[in-house]
Amino acid sequence: MENSMEKPQKMEPITGYNYLAKEDDFVNTPISTGTTIVAVEWGDEKESGVVIGADSRTTSGTYVSNRFTDKLTHVTKNIYCCRSGSAADTQAIADIVAYHLGFLEVQTGEPPRVRVAAKLFQELCYNNRDSLSAGIICAGWDRYEGGQCYTIPLGGMCVRQPVATGGSGSTYVFGYVDQNYKKGMTKQECLTFVANYVSLAMSRDNASGGVVRLASISKNPIERFNLLGKDIPKHWQD
Amino acid sequence: MSSIGTGYDLSVSQFSPDGRVFQVEYASKAVENSGTVVGIVGKDGVVFASEKLVTTKLHEASANRRIWRIDANIGMAAAGLIADARKLVEIARKEASSYRNQYGVTIPVKELVKRVAGYMHAYTLYSNVRPFGINCLIGGYDAIHGPELYMLEPSGVSWGYFGCTAGKAQQAAKTEIEKLKMAEMTCEEIARRAAKIIYGVHDQVKDKEFILEMGWVCEQSGGVFEDLPKAMLDDAESYAKKALEEDEDTEMA
Repeated sequence: MENSMEKPQKMEPITGYNYLAKEDDFVNTPISTGTTIVAVEWGDEKESGVVIGADSRTTSGTYVSNRFTDKLTHVTKNIYCCRSGSAADTQAIADIVAYHLGFLEVQTGEPPRVRVAAKLFQELCYNNRDSLSAGIICAGWDRYEGGQCYTIPLGGMCVRQPVATGGSGSTYVFGYVDQNYKKGMTKQECLTFVANYVSLAMSRDNASGGVVRLASISKNPIERFNLLGKDIPKHWQD
Repeated sequence: MSSIGTGYDLSVSQFSPDGRVFQVEYASKAVENSGTVVGIVGKDGVVFASEKLVTTKLHEASANRRIWRIDANIGMAAAGLIADARKLVEIARKEASSYRNQYGVTIPVKELVKRVAGYMHAYTLYSNVRPFGINCLIGGYDAIHGPELYMLEPSGVSWGYFGCTAGKAQQAAKTEIEKLKMAEMTCEEIARRAAKIIYGVHDQVKDKEFILEMGWVCEQSGGVFEDLPKAMLDDAESYAKKALEEDEDTEMA
């Protein structure tokens, strides 16, 4: 019986899969929203708005640490941001911007402008560009310029665009935008465009997935939709 | 006269027994020695006019302006000590610039007025400073808020106006402004009337020479605060002179 207490030489997982191998070390890998995000402006001078969309997958390496994430983040009543990159970085940035805009609203007595929100995002992203990994789309509505969408990619640039996409998923579906984005789409058309866009990206990008989150911001209170399971638009998948 | 202040007027940091701050009231007296300025809000913008008194012909015509641009769409006019006014212009421009730098858009007129008024008020609180000896008119225009005009006083209070005035002939000019139906007038019309008011209230006996300076911000100026274009200023001046002559003739008859 002397050797009955023999210790195993090495702990091997039963499956033979090494979860602690360097490339799959989700315990130590930063949590990031490998993502698909998109925003589209619609309307004219009389009435306008913006439709935003995102998937809901948050990953840590290959591990899906949250499959129902909300990447459409509120900064003021009528300004939202779509977050991509490091979850921690983008949440922190969104919190700081929300704080500044809340203060500005009290100071000026009027709802902050989307342009101002975008500028604040840019300032934070640019000044800390070496330590942040954050790609943000800032979208919303104000009575100055109506529905607007600004993209603030990695280096801290800021530019207004009628349609903006971002996140790892966007790289697979640029062609969809090139072919299907049309000037002067209605709100409904934009919602369809965004839903299709996100679902296509989710089906090609392994870092995007879950549900399709949509939101429409305009003069009226924000409307939000979640497309789950069978409601997610299906494309060619034989 | 000897009882004025009775020892309570030496510092802004001390109230008189009946609750007044004499230094602030004296600052308003400084305003009353200055050439008159008026500001009027029309339906599409704001017009400023100032009676720049010429103390000597040896000055350049453009010297000692009383109307300044603060930001692209915001202007300021001041009556009182011109050096104090220039300091306030510097403060206002710095605030406008800092807001732009921070938020990427022009400062709302109301916000600028709040900040400048805060400065003026701070100068009524400490014994080592004196209040600003000026009344300061700040006006601006943007598509959302429309035209806006405020007047700031040495005490640090500010009010919004449809028409306001400060300086020597404040009372007379105020009476004239009250006769206008400015809400129905374009800035082009108001420019003429404002010129007439300045010419009308100018005291030819005591002050002799003056230069009419005007500035405006409106749709016609492209939403930008600027000097009234030369042609329009000339037109406003000749209108003012002619209208005043006609008024005199009707009074004679």
